[in-house]
Amino acid sequence: MSDGAIAHAGGDPAPHAAAHPRLAHHFDTLGQQKDAASLGMWVFIAQEIMFFGGMFTAYLVYRMWYPAGYAAASNELDLVLGGINTAVLIASSLTVALAVHAAQEGRQKQIVWYLVATLLLGVVFLVIKYFEYESKLHLHPAHHAAANVRLFPMAGWFHVDGELVPVANEMRLFMVLYFALTGMHALHMIVGIAILLVILWMARKGAFTPRWYTPVEIFGLYWHFVDIVWIFLFPLLYLVNRHH
Amino acid sequence: MSPDITPTSTASATVRSAGAVMPARHYLNEQGGWASWLLTTDHKRIALLYLFSITAFFFLGGFFALLVRLELLTPGGDLMTSDVYNRAFTMHGVIMVFFFLVPSIPATLGNFLVPLMVGAKDLAFPKINLLSWYLYVIGGAFAIAAMIGGGVDTGWTFYTPYSSMASNSKVLTGAIGVFVSGFSSILTGLNFIVTIHRMRAPGLTWFRLPLFIWAHYATSLIMILGTPVVAITILLLAFERVLRVGIFDPTIGGDPVLFQHLFWFYSHPAVYIMVLPGMGVISELVAGFARKNIFGYSFVAFSSLAIAILGFLVWGHHLFVAGETPYSALVFSIISYMVAVPSAIKVFNWTATFYKGSISYETPMLYAFGFVGLFLVGGLTGLFVAAIGVDIHVHDTYFVVAHFHYIMVGGTLMAYLGGLHFWWPKITGRLYPEGWAKLSALIVFVGFNLTFFPQFILGYLGMPRRYHAYPDEFQVLNVMSTAGASILALGYLLPMVYFTWSWKKGKIAGDNPFRAKGLEWETTSPPPTFNFDRPPVVTEATHSYAHQEARVV
Amino acid sequence: MESARALFPVQASTVAPRVDNLYFFLVAVSAFFAVLVTVLIIVFAVKYRRRHVDEVGAPIHGSLALELVWTGIPFILAMVMFVWGASVYFAIVRPPAETLDIYAVGKQWMWKFQHRGGQREINELHVPIDTPVRIILTSEDVLHDLYLPAFRVKMDAIPGRYTQLWFNATRAGTYHLFCAEYCGTKHSGMHGSVVVMPQNEYQAWLGGGVTEGTLAQQGEKLFTDLVCVTCHSAGSGQRGPELTGVFGSTVELANGERVTADAEYIRESILNPTAKIVAGFPPIMPTFQGQVSEEQLLALTEYIRSLSSSGGTAPAGGAAAPQPATQPDAQPQR
Repeated sequence: MSDGAIAHAGGDPAPHAAAHPRLAHHFDTLGQQKDAASLGMWVFIAQEIMFFGGMFTAYLVYRMWYPAGYAAASNELDLVLGGINTAVLIASSLTVALAVHAAQEGRQKQIVWYLVATLLLGVVFLVIKYFEYESKLHLHPAHHAAANVRLFPMAGWFHVDGELVPVANEMRLFMVLYFALTGMHALHMIVGIAILLVILWMARKGAFTPRWYTPVEIFGLYWHFVDIVWIFLFPLLYLVNRHH
Repeated sequence: MSPDITPTSTASATVRSAGAVMPARHYLNEQGGWASWLLTTDHKRIALLYLFSITAFFFLGGFFALLVRLELLTPGGDLMTSDVYNRAFTMHGVIMVFFFLVPSIPATLGNFLVPLMVGAKDLAFPKINLLSWYLYVIGGAFAIAAMIGGGVDTGWTFYTPYSSMASNSKVLTGAIGVFVSGFSSILTGLNFIVTIHRMRAPGLTWFRLPLFIWAHYATSLIMILGTPVVAITILLLAFERVLRVGIFDPTIGGDPVLFQHLFWFYSHPAVYIMVLPGMGVISELVAGFARKNIFGYSFVAFSSLAIAILGFLVWGHHLFVAGETPYSALVFSIISYMVAVPSAIKVFNWTATFYKGSISYETPMLYAFGFVGLFLVGGLTGLFVAAIGVDIHVHDTYFVVAHFHYIMVGGTLMAYLGGLHFWWPKITGRLYPEGWAKLSALIVFVGFNLTFFPQFILGYLGMPRRYHAYPDEFQVLNVMSTAGASILALGYLLPMVYFTWSWKKGKIAGDNPFRAKGLEWETTSPPPTFNFDRPPVVTEATHSYAHQEARVV
Repeated sequence: MESARALFPVQASTVAPRVDNLYFFLVAVSAFFAVLVTVLIIVFAVKYRRRHVDEVGAPIHGSLALELVWTGIPFILAMVMFVWGASVYFAIVRPPAETLDIYAVGKQWMWKFQHRGGQREINELHVPIDTPVRIILTSEDVLHDLYLPAFRVKMDAIPGRYTQLWFNATRAGTYHLFCAEYCGTKHSGMHGSVVVMPQNEYQAWLGGGVTEGTLAQQGEKLFTDLVCVTCHSAGSGQRGPELTGVFGSTVELANGERVTADAEYIRESILNPTAKIVAGFPPIMPTFQGQVSEEQLLALTEYIRSLSSSGGTAPAGGAAAPQPATQPDAQPQR
């Protein structure tokens, strides 16, 4: 029922027939589509910040209440492995940024190489994480015969200099948050790597051009975010009271 | 779409269906078969998928409510054991909050209307929209699995340490269901935000948007920022149950009250997720059926944002008796009072809209009237619980239960029903039967008040909530409440019947049976798959009725 | 059981009338606005009903003046309610300087009350009339909540912490006592009564039961039975801090922090000794987790409190504002 309030734009009833193959039917221009994708990723990152935020809050509360226990547990973490992982992630952010830049410039081979580099660095991170977890989850058979069989060292024992020492309660609280935070982070890395594999496959087929490389760009945003989460996690978890 | 579409009824014809036609092809019949529905990316079809599943959950949640009310007919716990009763009220709450109220208006009416109202062909991310429905269904499947497995008995609030250490029920399964459905909510909000920002039709500036859009925008902000916090909280609870060690365990120095803080950090804003879209619907209904723009449009628009922001700062009012320090209690109380003010502004503006309006009393308008009255009571009783001195007495009693049911059921559900009736012709191309609809609205209103008003009295008398058995002197009020509930149930069943009937047998509605303004009414009923024949261009605010005959003052 | 009135609870404490007065004010304001808006809507809906099919409403956009009025007035009313509510709240949560202390332990699914004179009750609480009574609460397992509707007071019982509520009962009689935090199967079964008695009857009741001595004496016996005395006595030579005068004092910890030795500190020190090591002492105290019940912990705390030279301060710790308590004997205060 048009009564003048709403005018209808004239034009081609099927404007998209001649449009870029990557332009979805519900967008008018590639620019609009890219802006939407970008805003979407930023909104997603905002919700991720809130997601990790809940755990950070719990961490902060218990750190205020049990500073000694936190320091003791933090000192049990492997600073070298954690440090290497930090460097690895920062490097991977560099490589993914370079991949985005290469996509902007249309350098197909470089896109692939930088994405592969990011992938490898991500895998290195996860492998190191695996070893860290393994040492923390080491279960000593003699000590879990007791009635309360619980899987993790926060349940009973730490390896310290080859000896098993009982874990104080506050250290348990730290370790739960350590596993929750780094575990969630690792999960986000794994998902990132899966997406990266898809994007790598697309890059190999030459799908990205300077006119359209949106997946690389928003993946880059996501990857940077995962890196930044680690940059917060590392000092909060590994560097408590290390100056002694 | 197709050049065969017959023009719609002319402006000066008598209302409704005389001469009204349904287009030959539209989004419902464009494609057929299961795959075209289950793999659709059309926001309108996804809205219907949601409508179907949300309705199913509503009746399931309602069934549990009836069990609860039946038990409460007598003071003794004689209809079912305490364990069964505890599961019944928990399942009622979990299903109603997470699987009905939170998605109800946004996922059905929002999904259907947001692209139409902004003049777009779809939401920004149609596949993510479909994913959000599947996440909802998967979450729901876990909830059903929990129910079949014996149910959850922690209350919908899952407080630790009962939920983490003591309950023998299907807490993990239920928690996973809630967790997964939360991501459905997040993706819906994400889609709305990007769509509203980036896909408005030419000329559709922010202050020309329908208030429905403003409301859904504010709601989406809450969905994005709040839901992840409850997601991680539920996850931490699940860890604690599985690993049998966790951060809420008091025996290792953990704080069970920390769970409450984290939980309510989302769950308070969640109640605004539940009510803001309803307020958006009411703004459309009032404007549409008074044939006027909402009085104080920009105040109503900004009040939605104010509610969203302030709503994040009041969670501690759920913890007044949970060992919170008096000083933080003061902060939460004063901000709780502040968040009441924007809601008051809306109510006054809706009332003022009726002044010199041209008001007709179709069913959607009746639901709008009902909303204003019942939301008013619910909102005013919020002032009672925000007063710490009174809240100490009424916390965890039926007073609070009545308060939130007035808002959720008297508010959101009435708005949902009003919106369903208003946009039913647009969604289906057919009219619901007006006589039956009016009768149902009346039954709902009467049944609702009889169910919940006595609960205010019960609560102040001291009857605690989640009580399987109660002292004898509370019986009369409980019987009144249960009687109301049975009337209310009838009021909800009738629309189920006549909406289903009208799907095939209702009168053809035509493009704009209520002669309302809004981009959604500028296209056919039902709309074509891509919404508009040609992209609309907007030159004025939505509810501008000036071009029709103005009321003689 | 007092026959409760059908629609409104009895006022049986000093604070109840204050709560009710605020409640009536809220009812009046709510009724006013509810009636105002309802009447306006009905009047407008009738007066401005659509008279013919093409009629539209007048193009009125808004009025800044009206917006300010109906923002400002609700805001002012809201602030009045806030201040009044806060004032009543402080009356509810701040006990007077001297109170009769009673300990309450909630567990699934009963309330266990311990009087300082050693009397124990389950689900029933006897208190004297016209006396400020303070209940110090904790839970053995999950969250509970002690709710005394006739007194208009309520407080959660939280495992691992002490919370408190206080009241001054003004009317003799028997009133409901509820658990108001869902706690599992028999949540509604944690139902009992609080019995308010005139002074002389209360004294008689106190003297009538069989006890094992005062709570502090029970604690002293535990102190010996659990061999705390090995490290915590005058002659133990630096193995553990001496406990005379500790209660309520400020303690310096090994990491330099200073904490108040309140009831929660004592409890934590027994259950989780490594959490706070006192400066100058080795971390050798074993944990007694699983060996002492919440009631026994309260008895031990009472004993240690009795060793405090002033016998005065006994903050419950945690959220409540610390307040000095009554003398550690069984006589109720007037």
